[in-house]
Amino acid sequence: MAEKIEGSPGYAPGTRVSTKDIVENKITYTWWEPEVQYSWSLGQAMSKFLTGLKKGKILGRTCIKCDRVLVPPRMFCEYCYGPTDAWIELKDTGTIETYSISYLDSDARRIKKPILIGVISIDGASPQHGFMHYFGEMSEKDIHIGMRVKAVWKSPKDREGAITDIKYFKPLEGGEKK
Amino acid sequence: MSRKVCVIGIGHTDFNSITPDVEWKELMYEACQKAYVDAGVDPRKDVDSFITCAEDYLEGFSIFDEFVPDQIGAVLRPCCTVCGDGLYGLGTAYMQIKTGLMDVVSIESHSKISDLLTMGDILLHAFDPVFERPVMGPVERPRYGGSPEYTKEAPKPLVGSTKEKQRVHPYFLAGMEMQNYLRTTDTTEEECAEVVVKNKMNAFFNPMADYEAKISVDNVMGSEYLFTPLKKLDISPNVDGAITFVLADEKTARDLGVDPIYLSGFGWSSETPWLSTREMFADYASRSSQMAYKMAGITSPKKQIDIVEVDDRFSYKELQHLEAIGMARPGEAGQMLMEGELARDGALPTNMSGGSLGIGNCFEATGMQKALEIITQLRGHAAKRQVPDAEVGLAQAWRGIPSGSGAVTIFERGGA
Repeated sequence: MAEKIEGSPGYAPGTRVSTKDIVENKITYTWWEPEVQYSWSLGQAMSKFLTGLKKGKILGRTCIKCDRVLVPPRMFCEYCYGPTDAWIELKDTGTIETYSISYLDSDARRIKKPILIGVISIDGASPQHGFMHYFGEMSEKDIHIGMRVKAVWKSPKDREGAITDIKYFKPLEGGEKK
Repeated sequence: MSRKVCVIGIGHTDFNSITPDVEWKELMYEACQKAYVDAGVDPRKDVDSFITCAEDYLEGFSIFDEFVPDQIGAVLRPCCTVCGDGLYGLGTAYMQIKTGLMDVVSIESHSKISDLLTMGDILLHAFDPVFERPVMGPVERPRYGGSPEYTKEAPKPLVGSTKEKQRVHPYFLAGMEMQNYLRTTDTTEEECAEVVVKNKMNAFFNPMADYEAKISVDNVMGSEYLFTPLKKLDISPNVDGAITFVLADEKTARDLGVDPIYLSGFGWSSETPWLSTREMFADYASRSSQMAYKMAGITSPKKQIDIVEVDDRFSYKELQHLEAIGMARPGEAGQMLMEGELARDGALPTNMSGGSLGIGNCFEATGMQKALEIITQLRGHAAKRQVPDAEVGLAQAWRGIPSGSGAVTIFERGGA
């Protein structure tokens, strides 16, 4: 069933398993596939945040004690462990903290048009507060750490209260200033 | 190694069949915050180590550990997740304190089972993939991505028909075990029904219980058979909620000025996964209790232990577990129940909390629910369900279908 591996060392003569061997059921293995579905209730912070996205707004929470603006928002501050204090509306602009250009899909297949993906710090929030998203309207050569970007939203009728209500972030016209 | 380990704080949320108003993080935060206030500690300064007990598949996250620190106060602190029942976390905390590595440790465990839409298949996923899963319903040949040979042909069914997506519900295993238990011990279905009646009645006196009911044996016997001999009311319904404990060494407890409850014994055990080879007498409970008794210096459990909480996620399990931990001889637990010995004023008050039948199946928090009741009772804070003069209590939990694993903890008032 299996072919001899050419050039294998004398002390380890092996045989290679071919795809055909598997297809023809010559290898003993078993399989099973569970039906796996979850539906997470989102609670106070995330629900309000997503409702905000539907309206085209990015919302954060303030922690007075730690002098922080948290995005994505949470009802408690992970630093002081107290409850957060108030809702705040932020701009839909920010700065690329870091990024990568992905050439493979999740099954490790090469994709034709690479995906630009990275983390954005949202303006008005504490440093390193923001989220991960796609980048568009820029080339692989343009993208850089520290690049100023702005959200490109779906049309109001297409928004559904999800992080993908923002299609991607594009370069912010008019310079690098915050 | 003379350090004594004690519980210095407890906290829990309400328990509800669904919790659409909070996310799992907010649920955990509530229980933890209450436990830290109860213990009088600031998690960001005073707690040395944090433990959560959770199973990835139930949570819906790979590496659930990563999503834990924020809501338990553990950011950038020693933190780990134990994949198992809460009592295993309690044991881990015990060891961390006993060895002197840590002084104050928090343990959290929860159920957000209402977030899981396909519980049946997730539990089936815990059965053996060669011998058991294929017998439980149709299995399709997988389509491997990237390999053209696989995607050309339509998948062939290995067992059953792919048109019928029907698979058996995993709780049939409890039905099989109950069948065996009733036959070998001469326990009756009616006696098991009495467990349900008792526990659902007890639940009236526990504000955290969600499934209290005033019912009779006839109600249980008349409920439909789901997995013979298990009837609908013999099975604990699912519930959401979170429980947190804070543990510390005795000296820290005294310095904090809290009234400590000592964790004096702990044991755990796992059976072989081969269903055909298992004894079906809850040997895991028997072995873990023996280990815990030895550690706590208990020689005659029935005399020395005042109150017990045992896993009752299926009615017969309460009786089976009582026998396994040496509180009754095989077949005797049912009689003890009928004679009122398991009631609040009986010789061995059992599942005063309402148990899983009265509170609900808390999944990985089940052991914590049992331990929570024992600690509350030993503190004398159990209000109307308070067992007078309770000094020593035992909490036992099983890891649930289809496992043969479990743990036992023993708590004492006033010093071990």
